[in-house]
Amino acid sequence: METLACIKRVPDTGAEIILTDDKQDVDASTLGYTISPHEECAIEEAVQVVEDEGGTSTVLSLGPDDSTEQIYEGIARGADEGALLETDPDDEEWGPKATAKALAEGIEALSDGAAIGFDVLFFGNESADNANYQVGITVAHHLDLPVVTGVKDFEVDGETLVAKRDVPGGSEVFEVDTPAVITVKEGLNTPRYPSMRSRMQAKKQEIDRLEPTRIEEGLQKVELQVPEKEEGEAEVLGEGPEAADRAVEVMEELEVL
Amino acid sequence: MVLAFVEHDDGEIEETSLEMLTLARDVASQAGEDLHAALVGGADVAAELGAYGVDTAYVAEGEVAETYAPEAWAECLGGLLDELDPEALIGPGSDVAHEIFAHVAAKRDLPMSANTTAVTVGEEYEIERQRWGGSLVEHATMAGETKLLTAPEHEVPIEAVGDGEAAVETVTPEIGEDAFRVTLDRIEESDIEGVPLSEARIVVAGGRGVGGPEDFEQLEELADLFENATVGASRVAVDEGWRPHDDQIGQTGAKISPDLYIAAGISGAIQHWVGAKGAENTLAINTDPEAAIMYKGDYAIVGDLHDVVPQLIEQVKAAKD
Repeated sequence: METLACIKRVPDTGAEIILTDDKQDVDASTLGYTISPHEECAIEEAVQVVEDEGGTSTVLSLGPDDSTEQIYEGIARGADEGALLETDPDDEEWGPKATAKALAEGIEALSDGAAIGFDVLFFGNESADNANYQVGITVAHHLDLPVVTGVKDFEVDGETLVAKRDVPGGSEVFEVDTPAVITVKEGLNTPRYPSMRSRMQAKKQEIDRLEPTRIEEGLQKVELQVPEKEEGEAEVLGEGPEAADRAVEVMEELEVL
Repeated sequence: MVLAFVEHDDGEIEETSLEMLTLARDVASQAGEDLHAALVGGADVAAELGAYGVDTAYVAEGEVAETYAPEAWAECLGGLLDELDPEALIGPGSDVAHEIFAHVAAKRDLPMSANTTAVTVGEEYEIERQRWGGSLVEHATMAGETKLLTAPEHEVPIEAVGDGEAAVETVTPEIGEDAFRVTLDRIEESDIEGVPLSEARIVVAGGRGVGGPEDFEQLEELADLFENATVGASRVAVDEGWRPHDDQIGQTGAKISPDLYIAAGISGAIQHWVGAKGAENTLAINTDPEAAIMYKGDYAIVGDLHDVVPQLIEQVKAAKD
């Protein structure tokens, strides 16, 4: 079974987000970059399916040359192939429609011919940074594939994919035939942590480079802003176990007891 | 006109849809247009939308209303767009609305802004939307025949504006078989007992400070003393394997909106807080008086949760007797 995981390089944010001076990006100079959490699970699932069913797993990203860091990380975590739709580092941010169109064209280019060269195409349900909720679904439309979103449990049953997603009190089960797009959420699996050795080996792998074309976007970023803090300071009820009395009084005032 | 996609369940309009209607009314009033609503099924609740400023509620019936098929639901909304030509289609920030709006946006090449908090209506819309789960605001412009917008959950208050009834029009859309290729097959009930995090009125959660899976038992015991209460966890506690991922609160986990959130041994990183900020009240228990959660919450106890929680359990028991 041929699997694909589409991933995005995003800043590895901590306790606070700092913007660049032009307010166009998150200043990641002191933070470094990582893979969106949902997409770490996309890679893991693409690798596990191939471990169980045989075949090849591929990691694909759209971004500047630096995104190879995340593609190598995917290979270190067990993916067989890596491909990059390489953008100009000076490009303005790519929106969801342009990203999806370029990814769809990249997937066709990697497919060597008319049919889609992948049986399962995993995406994150939404990216950690921009969260537009559109890329996986839009790629599915470009390639005319069925898509199940928000998947937290996944199984392959012959040519059928069984995908489940959480709803309060249980899960919704969808069954689709391959090829299909599956957008996943964190919790689907536990992504493996690569060893230093597999990281070193991954770097030796050749990454396929493709040139994306960019379409216009109806939604245009103007600038980013760190929201004003609404927070004050919490009322300190006390220190240590003695504070429990006062906490119970508060619970009674709030009528939660 | 402005069209709002309204979700309902078990004869009730979803709270997140009522929240969204506050934003939708604002957009309609700026545009000087009427606000209408679109529902899939729900003829029994549609008239109630009049109290939230909805003029006419279009209720789709037939095959599309019998099951959940995202592309078919998107086609149903798309048919209404063709017929009514609204300048904006607005929905709640739910999994379902995000999914079907993304289908509509892709199929009809319309712009979509997810988790939109503010709109200034003009030839182009100026919008503010959430990034990083709400830790960052994006200012953007939107151009397109119909602008698709979703409103984030638990950000905007529900406001009733009258006691009128909406006119209800039922429609039976004709939707091709292709749109049903992904259709809900079945629902499996969870074997996890208790209240889902998103619906709990009291949430007791633990983080790194809990130190291991065993000590979550104290938090369980505390939660058990309340009605409609459940236990949650920070991403650290889940990554450590102390709790299942279903318990995770945060950007990539559950978004909660309880009356009281008790956060024990949780520092309050932004990725956690974006899932917890919907809480009416937060009581933090932390050894570090400078922890971020001490500035974000309402109440704080400075101390080790291993000492504080057992005492809290005793006092709550005493208060209940």
